[in-house]
Amino acid sequence: MDLYSLLRQMADSWGLLSLLLVFLGVIVFAFRPGSRKTHEDIAMIPLRNDDRPLPCGDDHSDRRN
Amino acid sequence: MVDVILLSLLGLVALFSSMAINFAQDLAFQVQGIVVLATSAFMFIWYLRRIEPVPADPAHPAPRSYMDGVVRAGVIATAFWGMVGFLAGTYIAFQLAFPALNLDLPFTTFGRLRPLHTSAVIFAFGGNALIATSFYVVQRTSAARLWGGNLAWFVFWGYQLFIVLAALGYVLGATQGKEYAEPEWHVDIWLTIVWLAYLAVFLGTIIKRQEPHIYVANWFYLAFIVTVAMLHVVNNLSVPVSIWGSKSVQVFAGVQDALTQWWYGHNAVGFFLTAGFLGMMYYFVPKQAERPIYSYKLSIIHFWALIFLYIWAGPHHLHYTALPDWAQTLGMVFSVILWMPSWGGMINGLMTLSGAWDKLRTDPVLRMMVVSIGFYGMATFEGPMMSIRAVNSLSHYTDWTIGHVHSGALGWNGMITFGALYFLVPRLWNKERLYSLSMVNWHFWLATIGIVLYAASMWVTGIMEGLMWREVDAQGFLVNSFADTVSAKFPMYVVRGLGGVLYLAGAIIMCVNLWKTAVGAAPRVSSATVPAE
Repeated sequence: MDLYSLLRQMADSWGLLSLLLVFLGVIVFAFRPGSRKTHEDIAMIPLRNDDRPLPCGDDHSDRRN
Repeated sequence: MVDVILLSLLGLVALFSSMAINFAQDLAFQVQGIVVLATSAFMFIWYLRRIEPVPADPAHPAPRSYMDGVVRAGVIATAFWGMVGFLAGTYIAFQLAFPALNLDLPFTTFGRLRPLHTSAVIFAFGGNALIATSFYVVQRTSAARLWGGNLAWFVFWGYQLFIVLAALGYVLGATQGKEYAEPEWHVDIWLTIVWLAYLAVFLGTIIKRQEPHIYVANWFYLAFIVTVAMLHVVNNLSVPVSIWGSKSVQVFAGVQDALTQWWYGHNAVGFFLTAGFLGMMYYFVPKQAERPIYSYKLSIIHFWALIFLYIWAGPHHLHYTALPDWAQTLGMVFSVILWMPSWGGMINGLMTLSGAWDKLRTDPVLRMMVVSIGFYGMATFEGPMMSIRAVNSLSHYTDWTIGHVHSGALGWNGMITFGALYFLVPRLWNKERLYSLSMVNWHFWLATIGIVLYAASMWVTGIMEGLMWREVDAQGFLVNSFADTVSAKFPMYVVRGLGGVLYLAGAIIMCVNLWKTAVGAAPRVSSATVPAE
């Protein structure tokens, strides 16, 4: 089997199935029980830390500035 | 050590570009070589002079602060290139109505100024807006300073150099003839380097974030950066004819090349003009409305659905061509399905205002953002409709397509960028408020009416010419020649040009307003800077 046909067959079958499952998994994960509190917290991120960064935990890779 | 390597690199670039000027096989390559030589020589001297042990960035001595200098520069560049791009667009709109404006010079013909316009508005105006806002947003939503120190400045100035080199190439006739990917091989390589540095800065900041989660805007920005890198590299695979000339030969040929081009072309729309600007929407609309996004779950689904679907939609640009039928159908089907996540995102943006709709009466900046989301919804309905093969047989190659693109670009990309600029300038220059809200109002109405004139005239002229092209008489002969459609379109071309004038006038008002805000408005009182938590 030449390379094109092989890749084509993979894409039509297992490739397609795995992409579909990943996509459905993402949606299921978004609606998992208990995610509401997490999502409400993430949604508030833009409304805080406007003026300065939080103190760094351990990473100071840009100390030169 | 780093200094020595950098200086050697700059010296080598200067040497190479001097040789390029000498051996250049075409004018564009020679002029671009002069620009690169001047830039690298300037950088060499500038870098050499600041090797002295001075603080690297005296504007930000405090260790705990955001890196906003590069965002300020990006805001200025966005406004500047916006003016260049709108002006070029308005000029070439009038060239189509009045061909004498081509001036009988090769440099100012429509064919050369058109890519100048598209690249100026998409890559210079839109690209600078995306880089500047992504640097602003990723810092705030990660609660961390930009990673990589001055690498962000390299991204900014490197991108400006790319824009200048590309624009010079267009005017002097160096093009690889791929729509929205016109720059030749050497400019493409430079953009790849700059883009990887951009990815490093953005990803590095996300990795060192102090917030446990990655906010959805950053997901959109990251998808934009990664996908554009991939599209750019694959679509620009070419072999230069000579290292001293700008001409190159594409690796793909025929229908493979066409499909690669429109896989690139449509995803430039999907990931540059949609995903990136959605990152803006998911940050600036909640900020301006002062409330969180309507549904975070919907934003997750919006993101993944858009990412999974957009990449397949490109073949709808090649209906009724040598592309196999199944591929055309695939592109059409995915384009139609795309309507759903697009409108999910539109609803998410609009509903963020639920309970705060009264703000639209008093806040013209928010009104601008909401209208941009409205145009996003309209363009993402019109697009899937036009991708249906039967509709496409009428609309393709007509001005309807141009009208569709501009209702998306002027309405969605332009208006959300204006909203973000109005949001950013008072904050970046530490001012209490904008210089004038009534000027924002003027801008809003001029831009909106300009878009309406543009889109309406292009619908009329597009459908008219589509119908004229397919009109046959009782014997089955075509009724109209091509020149008949050109003369019939003249009034609509004038209306379109006037729409462009209104849009440009609004942008000029914005620039005056932003300038007055940055240099003149009252400074922000420090008590107002306490975070609203």
